[in-house]
Amino acid sequence: MQASEIWFGIFAVITLVSALAVVLSRNLVRAALYLVFTFLGVAALYVMLHAEFLFAMQILIYVGAIMVLFMFAVFLTQQVMQAQITLSSVSRLVGALASAIFLVFIAGNVIPRVSAALGEASVPLDRVAEENTRKLGLALLTGYILPFELISLILLTALVAAIVIGKEDSREDASE
Amino acid sequence: MPPSSWYLYVAAALFSIGLFGVLTRRNAIAILMSVELMLNAANLNLVTMSAYRDVLSGQVFALFVMALAAAEAAVGLAIVINVYRTVRHIDADRFNIMRW
Repeated sequence: MQASEIWFGIFAVITLVSALAVVLSRNLVRAALYLVFTFLGVAALYVMLHAEFLFAMQILIYVGAIMVLFMFAVFLTQQVMQAQITLSSVSRLVGALASAIFLVFIAGNVIPRVSAALGEASVPLDRVAEENTRKLGLALLTGYILPFELISLILLTALVAAIVIGKEDSREDASE
Repeated sequence: MPPSSWYLYVAAALFSIGLFGVLTRRNAIAILMSVELMLNAANLNLVTMSAYRDVLSGQVFALFVMALAAAEAAVGLAIVINVYRTVRHIDADRFNIMRW
């Protein structure tokens, strides 16, 4: 059992247990905080996969921006009566069955073939973190310049859309 | 380094947990949280392929998925807040005005 495999096990357990807590917890604020742990676990797995820039972006974007957005939404839509509504146990069983069937199919059929095709990793784990950001930046500005420009357009559209949808409806009765 | 299948198993499990959340939860914000779980699982898959093939395109793809997830979360939550202002609840099972 190598050290890298132990670390992988720790981060994988953190990620999956937090994800289960997100979907099973009735308190929405707790679900949001467990989601933060899930994102941190995935970020740690990114570091193990030599994606250092993505590790930083995962924490900045997901934990720093998206989770703050979720917290805002949770506190703006606090249900006054706090009736913790969940589905009937039959529906939950059907949902669990559907996702279990999916997981068994993927894990049984797809993953062994894919990982056999991938083969062994060529880069050792304790390589010094070098040049991932630089190479990624170069790739974004040379080969992937078109998606790079388009994503800024998409973000602008999403920004305008969120503002327009979310603003208060200040309807004035006086004619203008 | 752990074999690639371990990372893929974690991504598949994360995806199916998110799928269970989308199918099961009634609160619209909780559904959006489960969608974020599924997006993270897909990203983990992409980064795993990128690492075990020693190319960068998987990480670039994952970066764009991350940006799109942020945009989608913003718009989705704006919609949820707007719905809450209109009908004072966000129970997805009761969004049935357009059902005949």
